[in-house]
Formats: sequence, structure tokens, C-alpha cells
Amino acid sequence: MSSGIRPPRFGAGKGQIPSTVSELVKLVQKGEIKAQEILEVSLQTIAESDGEINSFNLVLHEQALEDAKKVDASIAKGGFSGRLAGIPIAIKDNICTRGISTTCSSKILANWKPPYDASVITKLKSEGAIIVGKTNMDEFAMGSSTETSFFGPTKNPWDKERVPGGSSGGSAAAVAAGMVPLAIGSDTGGSIRQPASLCGVVGIKPTYGLVSRYGLVAFASSLDQIGPFASCVDDAALLLDVLAFHDEKDSTSLGRDRYQSGNVNIDVSSLKVGIISNFLPNAAESCHQAVTDAARVLANFGAKVDEVDIKELDYAIAAYYIIAPAEASSNLARFDGVRYGLRVDGADVEEMNIKTRTEGFGVEVKRRIMLGTYALSAGYYDAYYLQAQKIRTLVKDAFNKAYGKYDLLLSPTSPTVAFPLGSKVADPLSMYLSDLYTIPTNLAGHPAISVPYGIGEDDMPVGLQLLGPALSESLLIKVAKMLEENNTDKQDN
Amino acid sequence: MAQDLLNSSKDDALTGFEIVVGLEVHCELLTQTKLFCGCRNNFGDEPNTNICPVCLGLPGSLPVLNKRAVELAMKIGKALNCEILPSSFHRKNYFYPDMPKDFQISQYDQPINANGYLELPDKSKVGVVRAHIEEDTGKSLHIGGSGRIAEASKSLVDYNRAGVPLVEIVSAPEIRSSEQAKAYVQELRYILVATGASDGRMEEGSLRVDANVSVRPVGSKEFGTRCEIKNLNSLRSLTQAIEYEARRQAGLIRDGKKVTQETRHYNEVTNATSSMRSKEEANDYRYFPEPDLVPLVPDASWIEEITSDIQSLLPATKRRNLSSLIGEEYQDQISLLVEIGLDELVLDSVKAGADAKLALNRVINEAAREPEKASRLAVKDFVDLINMESSNKLSATQSKVVLQEMLTSSDHPAEIAKRLGFEQMDQDSLQDNVRGVIEANQAEWGRYLAGDEKVLQFLLGQVMRSTKGRANGKEVMEIIGRLKSN
Ligand SMILES: [Zn+2]
Repeated sequence: MSSGIRPPRFGAGKGQIPSTVSELVKLVQKGEIKAQEILEVSLQTIAESDGEINSFNLVLHEQALEDAKKVDASIAKGGFSGRLAGIPIAIKDNICTRGISTTCSSKILANWKPPYDASVITKLKSEGAIIVGKTNMDEFAMGSSTETSFFGPTKNPWDKERVPGGSSGGSAAAVAAGMVPLAIGSDTGGSIRQPASLCGVVGIKPTYGLVSRYGLVAFASSLDQIGPFASCVDDAALLLDVLAFHDEKDSTSLGRDRYQSGNVNIDVSSLKVGIISNFLPNAAESCHQAVTDAARVLANFGAKVDEVDIKELDYAIAAYYIIAPAEASSNLARFDGVRYGLRVDGADVEEMNIKTRTEGFGVEVKRRIMLGTYALSAGYYDAYYLQAQKIRTLVKDAFNKAYGKYDLLLSPTSPTVAFPLGSKVADPLSMYLSDLYTIPTNLAGHPAISVPYGIGEDDMPVGLQLLGPALSESLLIKVAKMLEENNTDKQDN
Repeated sequence: MAQDLLNSSKDDALTGFEIVVGLEVHCELLTQTKLFCGCRNNFGDEPNTNICPVCLGLPGSLPVLNKRAVELAMKIGKALNCEILPSSFHRKNYFYPDMPKDFQISQYDQPINANGYLELPDKSKVGVVRAHIEEDTGKSLHIGGSGRIAEASKSLVDYNRAGVPLVEIVSAPEIRSSEQAKAYVQELRYILVATGASDGRMEEGSLRVDANVSVRPVGSKEFGTRCEIKNLNSLRSLTQAIEYEARRQAGLIRDGKKVTQETRHYNEVTNATSSMRSKEEANDYRYFPEPDLVPLVPDASWIEEITSDIQSLLPATKRRNLSSLIGEEYQDQISLLVEIGLDELVLDSVKAGADAKLALNRVINEAAREPEKASRLAVKDFVDLINMESSNKLSATQSKVVLQEMLTSSDHPAEIAKRLGFEQMDQDSLQDNVRGVIEANQAEWGRYLAGDEKVLQFLLGQVMRSTKGRANGKEVMEIIGRLKSN
């Protein structure tokens, strides 16, 4: 079995790029470094590494250069206060970008160019971020390894014989390989946190409703959230701060004030932390070890740490694989060949629908559409969908009960380090288990962060997951940063 | 068979059977914008000009509920005596090229309005099970062949209508004849127009009716198997389709056959219904809660603000108000008055002192011919006119002529009467005039004095001629009477 080697961070060995985005933004705003120069570093790294890694479905050379020039011009003209001025960012390919293909890594949308920007894209642009490209993913975000992509798998930058995780594997790999300092992905059952963990970067799944979903091609609407990837907690926090705003175009959007009100000053010495003990038995040794190490660090700071058994979470994955496919079966109905995307002609409309969908969707997408259609069908709805919704309520209640006692919960992000390409793709059940620890958070609508913590089997990175109640992002970020600073295997380049 | 059913007299075919009808009426709401986006809600624009990512169901787009649509739905609910309830939206899933998302957002087990009724002009009540909000689909145009989909060489879709807000009003199966069904839809249409929820135009598809029709032996408590007849776009189609369908079903039962539960299409040209799809072929819509929308829970003050004035706008209220002033026996005229929207003119005039029956008569018989203009009549002027007539200052004929003038001019009726020379003569000159007529017609006067009452009409005619119609007939008779007894 091959082993991992830590890839260089963004800008390492390429001029005067500081190690955090906030420092870099300051330099750009002062005119000490040009957005174009930063973009050049990004494009150069992509050119060097992405041929092998395949994290991008599309790189926007010209458009990005134009955008970078605009930022530079407005700074030269007298200042630009954009919080992400000149920062290259990669966008998961299920987030709509006006006039730029948004494929969901599916054949059915391979040539689709949305006529509009997702709300987060509009926001990122207004803050001066430079969109470098669209990243690879599992088709329609259905998968945990980025292997179900119509455009071929993305490789893990630590070891190119392994998967980067998924479904946002392209975004995680692009950040891990130093191609961009920031990326955004979407998390329906762990699709940000699991690849962040497997690629050794930070990923945040925000509280449901904190980040607008307008323009995110829906997989499972009640679970999907857009969130940030970065190589350190501070950068991820900065990006989250940009992404969190109220959006009238999303009826489930929360007010931003509520997120700020969650910004409580908690003294770590009075922190109560629960380790989700029923997650530990099936975790790989290194993943188990990371939790134990983190618990010791937190205890050293005076936090009260003990184990909590939340049995209800064991049912989450079963409920998830009813609810998510049920919503997906409805969300993906619109890909029928009538209005946009792939069309395979047929003798009549029905035959065109069938041929288009047969040719346009991959195996995993079809599997989930069938699963979801079945679960919603007359005679099965009560036994499956309704039952799953009841479990969802139980999971949420169990979490909230735990949060009555603990400020936050701790677990591995994933049961294992990154696994070899092709090792699980033929066995959906074992693939589904990759998300065992991340799925419950989505069902509850709560936030969670994955932060790199130690090196595990085969020298691959291990991720630690911090979970908290709704709108507790500020607390999670604070504790994650503390753990990052006290990581036994800190990045030193 | 269609011909046989048409030719057989209604009574023959349906003797011993009772018709049972439930109606589903789809009403397009009169909002500025669509149900879930800011696109214009307007009939008849160039195809595919009122569209955006949301109503085209583009990947990534999300619905945001139109507040005005909710308000109009609440007005409808209140007008139909429904409870206005906390509600939610579901997805109704089926593949259909007119429907951009291949699902329809609709209310399912939690409608905004439930448990109401509609009172018809004959005082009968029809239960309203629910009146819920949903989105409309686009429209297909089939090119080639007869325009029907099976023969078309290609189809075009116009999505201007996709996402237009609808309220679907579902009646209980409590309608017992095609006439009652017609009365129900008519009454509903007045209500929808009166509340400002709809323009009520059936021909433009603003109101679309589906009828669930079944028959059962008279006296039976059980419902027969029903058929749903889709898209009845005129009152004539509605009554004819129900009649045809009821006779068809009665015929089947009489022949010992069974009615199959199915959806049927009504053809206006052949005046017959035909099968579209049976229950077995019916879609499984896989309803589930719409995750992109939050529950709709209108608070009491909002409901009150929006619906407080509804009762007074309702035709049933208006009919009741008029009946109590004018009398129950004028029910038909009152219904007509409310229908053409001239009830307030009469009501206000009567309240201002005008004679009720005279006012009702003048409006129904004269003003109703031009309801648009009549609705602009000043109540005070109309009251003055009626008073002039009831105090004999104008004859009935003159009053009608003056009223016609009033519809086109804003002049006071007294001025118009003067202009037309309708000013009544004073007693003295009228008496002189009558005397003159008697002198000129001595022979006739003699016959009259001898008891020939028929001569009276002749003398009256002579007076009218010599006064150019300015004389009041009643007064002339009185003067003649006095001169006779002298
Ligand atoms: Zn629209």
C-alpha cells in the first residue's frame, strides 16, 4: 500500500504569499501584491498538479484574469475593502455560475451554462474573490469518493492512488494541493467534512439556513448546505463569515444576526465536551487516537471531557438513505430533456424523457432516484419516508438533549483515512458507511467542523469533527483553532 | 351512442336516478406577479417572455411565496365561509413537459382554507371541502395534424403561465343537478370577482372547472362510481357534460353494466365525453412536504386585516340586504341586480328615501341594459328621478326617457325633464286645456256624460295631444271626473 506525503500549501515556494488569507487580503488591499500575481500562482499550481489530480472540471483562465484586473484597478483607484480582495477561490460544480458551465459532474448537464449566479457567487464576487474554476465532485453530490463523476475521479493530493473523499472531493483536493487557498463545497451528509478530513484541510458544514442555497443545484433540499474549505481554521472562518448572510431568495435562509448572537465568549476552562462514544468502536485506530489526543489537550486546558452514548445516532444513516434519495428523486425529475441539458430524442415525449435520463445519469444517481421514488410511492410512504422523518426527529432531539449537557461534541470525521481508488465504488453499502459520523448533523440541521488532527495509517491525514447546536459556529471555530494550534503534527512549511 | 343519449329525453334516461356532482374549480389569482417569483402574471403576452430561473425550474432555483397570493387565498376562504388554517406545501410529482420542475408545488393535507360552504341564490348550501393554493403549469402548443398531441409533428411550450398562482376550490359531492352546478359556478365566479381574487374569465382559462359526476338510484345513500370530467371551460360545457355523463352512467347501470372510475374528456363539438385514463393508469403523485418552503402560519391580525370587509362584498349578503328592504317576493330581480352589480344603487336609493319597488323596476328594466353606465349614476340624482315619478311630476314614460338620458349625461333629472319639455303643467292651465278639449268635442263629451266610459280614453288622448304629452294622465282623469260631477 502506498503512503501519503503532505502536499505544499498555497503559494509555498512561489514568492511572497503569506500563510493565511487574511494576511494576503491585507497585502492586496495595500497594493503590495497584485490580485493578478496571486492568480498567476494559482493557475501555475493548477497547471503543474491538476493534470494528475483532476480537481477541476473547468479552469477559468481568461475570466479570472479579467476579474483580478478589476480588483487591482479598483485598489489602484483608491481602495477596495472587499473581505476576499484578490483571493482565488474554487467553486464546486453544483453551484450556478452565470454563463459558466455548471455540470454537477454529470453527463446530463455537461454543457449547461446557467443564466444566473448563485447568491453565494454574487457575494463572493462583491467581496473581490477571484473564481478560478469549477471543481469535480460525485455526480449530483451522490457519493463519498468523487469517483461517480462523469469526468473521472479526483485523486487525493497526499497519495494519488487514493480517493480525496466526496462528494466535494475536487474542492478539498484543490485546497490540499495548494492550487487555491479557498474553495466552497456543499454538504448533504458529510460532503464537505469527509473530503476535508481525507485531504487534511478544514471544512465547515454550517447550520441549515445560515448560507443561502439559491443557485446550489439541489440534491436533498432539506439537508444541503454550502460551506467553506481552507487550509486553516482562520481562513475557513473568514470564508464562512462572507458566506453567511440572509437571502430573500431562499425561504429557509436564516438571519445573519442569529449567527452573530452565537458568537459567545466561552472560556475553554469551563467548556463541557462530550465524546460520542458509540462512534468509536468502528473507527480506525488513528481516528480513535485523534479523538483521545484532542480530549487530552482540551482537558489540559481545563475543559471537562467525558464520553456520551447517543444511541439514536446509529439510526441516522438508515433514515438518511430514505430522506435524501426521496428528495433527490423529485429534485432530479426536471432533467427530462425538454428545456436544457442533454436531450436524447425519442418517438414521443415519454420516450425522450426515458432515453435522456437513461443516458444522462450514472449508476449511483439512478440507484438513488429509484430508491427515493420507491420510498415515496403509495403504500410505502408511511413505512419508509414517514418512519425516516420520525427518526430524524429523534436524532435532533437526542442531539439537543446532549447539548443540554455539553457545549459541543467530538468524534472522528470519518471512520478511516482516505481509501484506495476503486476499493469501495462497487459496494455502495461500504461507501455509504464513510458518512456514518457526518450524516446525523445534517439530519439535525446543526453545524460541524472538520479539522486536521494528526497523521494516521499509511501517513494519511486524520480529521477531527466538532459538532455543536444550531448557530454555534463561532464556538466550534474557536475550539477548532485551539486544537489546530496544539496539533501534535502541525504543518511546518 | 352519443346520439342516442342526446335524443332520449332527459326524463327517460334519468328516471329513477339522482345525479351527484362535486366540482373542482381552479381559479387563477389576480396578482401582479407569479406565486414563487417576481415574473409578471399576465394573460396573452408573447410566449416565454414572463419567465425566470425560478418559474422555469432551472437547477438551483428556489421558490419564495408571494404574499399577495396568500392574501387573495384568505379572502376566498373567508368568502366561502372556510376556516383559515395554518398550512404547508407539498410536491406533487409527475412528468409533464408543461411543468418545468416535473413536480407541482401544491397544498395537500394542510390546505389554507377548509370546511366552508357556498350559499346559492335559491338559499341552498353546497359544502366547500377546501380551497388551497397551488401553481399553474405552462401551456403546450402541438404543431402539425389536428393540433392534438398524437398527430403533432412537434410541440412548443409557453411557460408564461408556469407558476401563476391558483386557488383550487373543491366542493363536497352535494350538487344534485346540472342547473345547480351552473348556479354554483356562477355564484362562485361573482364571489371571486367581488373579492378581487380573479377576473372570472372562463374563456381565458382564469376559471377552469373539473366535474366529478356519478349517479345513484333515487333514495340510495351510497355514492355510485364517479368519473372526473376535466377542463370544462364554459357554463354551457359544464351543464352539457354533466347531463351527458349522467345519462351515460345511468344507461350503463340500466343495462346491467358497471361504471368504470376514470378521467374523461368532454368534447364541445360532439357534446360527448370520452375516456382519458382509468384509475389503474392514474399517476402515483408521491406527495411529500416541499422542503424549500416553510410552513405558512398567518397570524390572527393579518387574517383580520385582510378578510374583515369580505362579508359585505358577498352576493349572498347583498341579496339579503335588498330582500329585507324590498321584499322576499322580488328574489329573482334582486339576484339579477346583484349579478349585474347595480344592487348598491338600489340599496342606497331606497335608504335615501326612494320608493323601493319603483327603484328596483327602473333599474332592472331600464338601467340594466347598460350596467356600466348605470353603475356611474349619482345616487342622489337617481333618487330625485324616482321621487319625481312617484310624486306624479313625471309620467312613467317620461321617467324612463329621462333615465335613459341620465345614463349619458351628468345633468340632474329635473334639468333633463325641462329640456325635453316634460315639465308638468300647473293645475290651472291643465284645467283650461281639458275644458278646451271638451268644447271641441261636444258630441263625445255628451256620450261620456251618458255613461259611455270608453270615450274617456279618447278624451285623454286628445288632452295628451294638445299638451304634447306634458300632462299627467292621472291628473287629467281627476279633472275630467270633477267636471263630470259638476
Ligand atoms: Zn419567474
